[in-house]
Amino acid sequence: MSLVVQNITKRFSDFAALNDVSFEAQPGEFLALLGPSGSGKTTLLRLLAGLDRPDTGRIDFDGLDYLTLSARDRRVGMVFQSYALFRHMTVAQNIAFGLNVRPSKDRPSKAEIQATVQRLLKLIQLEDLGKRYPSQLSGGQRQRVALARALAINPRILLLDEPFGALDALVRKDLRRWLRRIHDETGVTTLFVTHDQEEALDLADRVVVLKDGQIEQIGKPLELYRHPQSAFVFDFLGTSNQVPANLSDGIADFGGFSAPVVSPKALNGAQTVRFRPFDTHLHHEGPGFEAKVLSLLPAGANLRLELQSPTGQVFETQHAHDSEASDLRLNDTVYLRPSKVYAF
Amino acid sequence: MRARAPERPKTPAAFLLMALAAVWMALVIVLPLVNVLAEAFKQGVQPYLSAIVQPDALSAIRLTLTVAAIAVPLNAVFGIAAAWCVTRFDFAGKGLLLSVLDLPFTISPVISGMVWVLLFGAHGWFASVLEASNIKIIYALPGLVIATVLVTLPFVARELIPLMQDQGTDEEIAAVTLGASGWDVFFRVTLPNIKWALTYGVLLCTARAMGEFGAVSVVSGHIRGLTNTLPLHIEVLYNEYDSVGAFGAATLLAGLALVTLVLKTLLEWRFGDELAANRRH
Repeated sequence: MSLVVQNITKRFSDFAALNDVSFEAQPGEFLALLGPSGSGKTTLLRLLAGLDRPDTGRIDFDGLDYLTLSARDRRVGMVFQSYALFRHMTVAQNIAFGLNVRPSKDRPSKAEIQATVQRLLKLIQLEDLGKRYPSQLSGGQRQRVALARALAINPRILLLDEPFGALDALVRKDLRRWLRRIHDETGVTTLFVTHDQEEALDLADRVVVLKDGQIEQIGKPLELYRHPQSAFVFDFLGTSNQVPANLSDGIADFGGFSAPVVSPKALNGAQTVRFRPFDTHLHHEGPGFEAKVLSLLPAGANLRLELQSPTGQVFETQHAHDSEASDLRLNDTVYLRPSKVYAF
Repeated sequence: MRARAPERPKTPAAFLLMALAAVWMALVIVLPLVNVLAEAFKQGVQPYLSAIVQPDALSAIRLTLTVAAIAVPLNAVFGIAAAWCVTRFDFAGKGLLLSVLDLPFTISPVISGMVWVLLFGAHGWFASVLEASNIKIIYALPGLVIATVLVTLPFVARELIPLMQDQGTDEEIAAVTLGASGWDVFFRVTLPNIKWALTYGVLLCTARAMGEFGAVSVVSGHIRGLTNTLPLHIEVLYNEYDSVGAFGAATLLAGLALVTLVLKTLLEWRFGDELAANRRH
């Protein structure tokens, strides 16, 4: 059972929401669709659910031509950012909905439906709340109910559209783990749309990075992080500092100091290179990019610094609490040397 | 978030304003209502009772209820369909449709009656067709119904559109992906979500339909015991200086209005939050 998306294009009047998008999802895989707003990820999800039709291309699932099936018949479980729970139904009725609306010949018996609902309530750890209404639940609980409702129809694919977007940071993190666990238990092929790179990298087996309706890169989280194929992917996955450099033979020369270059292709000559906040060292004397300490903030296990060069450029760097950066004060002058840079 | 609750009045100016409002209400609403009752019972209970059970009065009541019973369901169905179209689809001319929907609020009911006479009257556009097939519209029940339908057209739709806009389409989309048919989506998701606003709109529509005078007056022909609705019946009696009869019938109409008002208040009290988004007119 695998999902094959081939050469999908979708235009809205003269705006190409998706342009020749192709990818596959293996059975039971957890795939994240990552991109900024307007990158086409929600459009892609709507096409998969059958809520819209692509202009060209194919969508197959396990040999089944999905484009010939209506949204009703695709058996796609969908979870929305707004939860979209039926507000006039109890939690149990919400979960049972997909079973209750089946034509009578396919409909399980009342007892079977009841049993499914109980099993799912247990799975989402809301066993005692079956009789509550959605308005009596917290955001996190609602989203769990929405997931149970989608799972009740035994979906071929699970589509989640920014499911945690409306929740606060702590609940998000909690639900993320929980979602991953549910996925591992149920083994449903899952597509997860998000604009939050941390969420995508944390959750997914593979990440599809979208930009302006096109796929920028597909890969496992670590692969993506270590070997970004484009400046966009690099910038999107984390904080990026940019400086000019002279490249030759995999070394970036900054005039007096240098750093090794990671790049998808061999580049030479004057280029803009990028580096991460944690791939840096600070020194009290040059050579290095001269900068003043603008702010010093604790960021979890690290110390986060904002530095400003005499020309006004702001660098963001990260260092261990017990590193050379720990003695620095505001407005101190330091010399910044990247230890590794990326070029595209 | 709710707006800050208003304070109790403290300054003399506030008291003065409240007193003004109270006096004004008494003058223009309570006083006339009391007067209706006083006039109706001027000659005692017996003449009042005989006035409201005379055959013409009973037939007027029956006709008023019949017209409302046909016009209101028609406008309820139209209102749901219009609200559905406007809130679920994007199409050219949507703004125009919304404006046209408000037309019955803004034009005089007399005109709403006259257009039908122009179309279906003895010298109207369709006069020959109607005469040939022996269908009577003007000066008959169909005319009363269509005139009432036109006047009460916006009530249900106007009640539903803001609510359905507010609720969005996510629940319906979710229902479709869960395998629900169009029928199931409407009866299990859409309708339960709008039922109180719908009831409320139907109630307002009913009140307006029963009280309609202008449009109905034009198309009715004032045939006693046949095409006189309750408001028209009252006018006829009043013009004949039968004040007990006129005000007696008026108490019935006021009674119907009061029943509607009580139901409306009950609904607002019970489902105020759901209806609050809709107060636009």
